[in-house]
Amino acid sequence: MIEINNVSKWYGEFQVLTDCTTKVQKGEVVVVCGPSGSGKSTLIKCVNGLEPFQAGTITVEGTSVGDPKTNLPKLRSKVGMVFQNFELFPHLSITENLCLAQEKVLGRGHEESMEKGLKLLDRVGLKAQAQKFPGQLSGGQQQRVAIARALAMDPIAMLFDEPTSALDPEMVNEVLDVMVQLAKEGMTMMCVTHEMGFARKVANRVIFMDRGAIVEDAAKEDFFGQPRSERAQTFLSKILHH
Amino acid sequence: MTSLHLDWGILFEESPTGDGPYWQLLLTGLKWTLATAMSGWLIAVAVGAVVGVIRTVPSRWLSLLGDAYVEVFRNIPFLVQLFFWFFVLPELLPEAAGSWMKQSMPRPEFFTAAVGLGLFTAARVAEQVKSGIQSLPRGQRNAGLAMGLTLTQTYRYVILPMAFRIVIPPLTSEFMNTFKNSAVALAIGLTELTFQMKQMVEYSNQVIITILATTVLYMVLAMAVNRLMAWIEHKSRVPGLIAGGGK
Ligand SMILES: Nc1ncnc2c1ncn2[C@@H]1O[C@H](COP(=O)(O)OP(=O)(O)O)[C@@H](O)[C@H]1O
Ligand SMILES: [Mg+2]
Repeated sequence: MIEINNVSKWYGEFQVLTDCTTKVQKGEVVVVCGPSGSGKSTLIKCVNGLEPFQAGTITVEGTSVGDPKTNLPKLRSKVGMVFQNFELFPHLSITENLCLAQEKVLGRGHEESMEKGLKLLDRVGLKAQAQKFPGQLSGGQQQRVAIARALAMDPIAMLFDEPTSALDPEMVNEVLDVMVQLAKEGMTMMCVTHEMGFARKVANRVIFMDRGAIVEDAAKEDFFGQPRSERAQTFLSKILHH
Repeated sequence: MTSLHLDWGILFEESPTGDGPYWQLLLTGLKWTLATAMSGWLIAVAVGAVVGVIRTVPSRWLSLLGDAYVEVFRNIPFLVQLFFWFFVLPELLPEAAGSWMKQSMPRPEFFTAAVGLGLFTAARVAEQVKSGIQSLPRGQRNAGLAMGLTLTQTYRYVILPMAFRIVIPPLTSEFMNTFKNSAVALAIGLTELTFQMKQMVEYSNQVIITILATTVLYMVLAMAVNRLMAWIEHKSRVPGLIAGGGK
């Protein structure tokens, strides 16, 4: 469903991505990990065209992201994205956050959007918070709303960029639980995360990035069994024993 | 030093300008100050918002255009700008338009002052709008775009509503400045408050009372603006966010 072929990207002289190639099949959960600054966020933002890239191709269900003729807003409306800092819109209530893109992008009526939004809010366990504003929720609650907001668009795939890194430890699990449930329901997911417990539970493959390159791209069993690269081993031992 | 004797009764004496008593003279000035500052402010907010926004969009040409606007209007003294619009522009325009401006335009000093003040203040509003937008977390723009909103929709529904809340406090002082700066328009003959104050000083010889009365009027205006902006700020406060809402 998502195919990344030989993608390279530069910020001026600085090469952030070097010849990255991988794919995510329909229904697959792929976890991306690697040290800070290795280009994970950049890669995932290239998938929905939030970041341009200078070489290679990315296609999402056959649509080329880098093609100037591609209708990017339309493509993005089919790919949900969840950010490290939640990025709910602070001036809009929770229900308004859930309805905005359904109405403005998909052209759904207010009642239909509302119904859909509330159903998803219920699913992430936050129906009672519907009338509040983002600033009145905890980080974990905000992130669950953000996931519901993305799901309200009926995405064909979901991208997660370190969805639990900005959370207090006691809130990590409430968000991971939602993600695990989503994975089990067959959602296609590309997740930048260091939560190896999550990876063990639901990932099909694990990608390890370092200095802008995909160093390792292996089935979960192989990755945790015996990662081939030394850098991946060092990285794993560091995050597993912190 | 007879002027040291504060005879407030002077305010009720007829002025020789034919405007009625002196208090009415000052009131006419207040009216023009208010009209000029308010229309100037509306123009400034409209133009300043557009200029501020185009300086933040990912288009080199638009942001250069916005930067150029701000540099020009901020770095030339307002008086010079007013003279330009009043005396020079009619000469530069095509014959018909120029002579219409000189001969048939209604209240030329008022319209020139309002538009001139608006364009001048717009540059300062644009600065605030730009820095308000830039102070928002960058992820907000990405979040809007990632849901499939176009860049225009992202500005309209996501970025601008928060940016405007952030710029209300700095805009309060710009709004007050439009009242103070409107006094410059006396140089093109607008009978605003400071102009009337000068007239009253000349005719009544009551320097102290005239200046005190004018000061009070300007202060009332400033306080009204302050209250209005505080009210707007209160009305637009976002539940759960600390005042200002910036990160
Ligand atoms: N807008 C930018 N301009 C220049 N360099 C950037 C920019 N964004 C990210 N980088 C650099 O690109 C590298 C990869 O960043 P990122 O993809 O955020 O890494 P990760 O998500 O793996 O921590 C980092 O070295 C970062 O400093
Ligand atoms: Mg990152």
